Amino acid sequence: MNFSDHLIIFPVLLPLVAGIGLLALRGAGPDVQRGISLAATFALVPLAIALFAASADGTYAVYRLGNWEAPFGIVLVADRLAAWMLLITAAVASFALLYAVNGTDLEGRHFHVLFQLQLFGLNGAFLTGDLFNLFVFFEILLLASYGLLLHGGGRLRVKAGLHFVVINLIGSTLFLFAVGTLYGATGTLNMADLALRLAASPAGNTALVQSAALLLFVVFALKAALVPLYLWLPAAYGQTSAPVAALFAIMTKVGVYSMLRVYSLFTGLGAGPLDGLFDPWLLPLALLTLALGVLGAAASRGLRQQTAYFVVVSVGTLLAALALGTPGTLAAGLYYLPHSTFASAALFLLADSIARARGTLGDRFEPGPALPHAAWLGGLFFAVAVAVAGLPPLSGFLAKFMLLQAAVATPHANAVFAVVLVGGLIGVVVLARSGSLLFYRSQSAEGVGPSPTVATMAPVAGLLALTAALTIAAGPVSEAAGDIASQLHAPRLYIDAVLGARP
Amino acid sequence: MDALLALVIGVLTAAGVFLALRPRTFPVVLGLTFLSYAVNLFLFVMGRLAVGVPPIVSETASAYTDPLPQALVLTAIVISFGMTAFVIVLALKARAELGNDHVDGLEHETDRHA
Repeated sequence: MNFSDHLIIFPVLLPLVAGIGLLALRGAGPDVQRGISLAATFALVPLAIALFAASADGTYAVYRLGNWEAPFGIVLVADRLAAWMLLITAAVASFALLYAVNGTDLEGRHFHVLFQLQLFGLNGAFLTGDLFNLFVFFEILLLASYGLLLHGGGRLRVKAGLHFVVINLIGSTLFLFAVGTLYGATGTLNMADLALRLAASPAGNTALVQSAALLLFVVFALKAALVPLYLWLPAAYGQTSAPVAALFAIMTKVGVYSMLRVYSLFTGLGAGPLDGLFDPWLLPLALLTLALGVLGAAASRGLRQQTAYFVVVSVGTLLAALALGTPGTLAAGLYYLPHSTFASAALFLLADSIARARGTLGDRFEPGPALPHAAWLGGLFFAVAVAVAGLPPLSGFLAKFMLLQAAVATPHANAVFAVVLVGGLIGVVVLARSGSLLFYRSQSAEGVGPSPTVATMAPVAGLLALTAALTIAAGPVSEAAGDIASQLHAPRLYIDAVLGARP
Repeated sequence: MDALLALVIGVLTAAGVFLALRPRTFPVVLGLTFLSYAVNLFLFVMGRLAVGVPPIVSETASAYTDPLPQALVLTAIVISFGMTAFVIVLALKARAELGNDHVDGLEHETDRHA
């Protein structure tokens, strides 16, 4: 056994070990904690790149925990999609943590421990090949996210946190009901094995497995913040601290990822009881999510809340790409996924800097003092807004262009074009209004809060550089996204790789 | 036996949903607890009901019960126990921060404008 055989377990183990180590070293002072946390997070980037490179030729890395063969044992599976998600998570987490070490991490206790455990849950959820393990990793990332969400405390944050926790606990209960029903109907929880058994499930079980699959859909829709289950998101993301919100930009994508993974397997074989079960629902709900997200952004009273609504918009766009279901739209969605994550994370971080510089006014849309270093802050805001709104030259424009180009041939092209384009226009107007209010309608010459430093601006610039890199490398990246999409459309390969894995 | 268990799970779930929709945090926490009881029981019986047979291999046993749901339910119990503890602490913190135990932090509807 050499290192590359065990590569897949490291993105899961490293944050767990780092988290436990940080807990043991809690008396060691902030510099040690920050050093370990940063090192562990940065180390995820080369690990994810190595996994991505290993999966690029279409191989599935299957790792049998405890060396039991699937479907009896639990497996971790790294395919292109999982490696892609790991890479995005590692990138966002690195920049969020770089921002957090400017002082946010000292506003409460155990920030770094929770941060690492959140990464542990995220990476595990992306890699697991077992439905019950997906539930367990969901719980891990949620429990860490509860702690992170409340980090720093405060009245509004506690209130938003209470809603977030309660709704997610109900979601977890529904997840367990769905898992239990599927187990009762098929006798397995390995996702590859479930796919086979569902495709061959007897007619008497159809209603049972359909209701289980729809329950799972509700759970994933809740995580992804699909209409009508998105109401928790603006308050929770808008009230929490900036690096946490930036990290949470990937958390809604866990719901989208789970939908992609589960439904590509469960409905991909064709002729099963779940075939076409979601088609009438997903596209209208996705477009409605997009529309309501844009309207919410227009009605927001603060920049952070507005950013949270743009997260909802990105979920709507992503799920629309998923719902259209052709390889082209799926590839566009997978290209849009990192872009939207980076862009909304950058806007969350920037909103925090702006709010701090405005002192007691915070991020509320009211005319306030002139901002210190307004040219720098304003320039960054302009660039980030361009990325969030999906204007050229940044990658959001390319992603939407690819999506619409691929959507032309689908039967619902009219609705998709109308909602995406009008939504995009309103998004531009909304962000332009926010920017002009924050930067131009200033009343006094002096800022009242601490001025932003290079250390707080660098993570924002870094995330922007990533979207710029996505634009410059659009050719290879969209090819990679196309490869991921084609792999998702061939679930038989995944099943063979998992169930055929022999020592 | 099957009907009784189904009825128990149903009643627990109904009570849990009703309580989770109440406006105070204490009933909500109770509701979440009821829901987790219901789902634990549900998971447990998903391995089918069997009385007096072992879940692990033994030389004398003539039949077995499915051990996997027992493992699953053990995990689910631990998780729901931890979550309940967390939500209780959070509810207490919300009570302290917001000054009342309403889930929206509003004692009366008029507080919204206060």
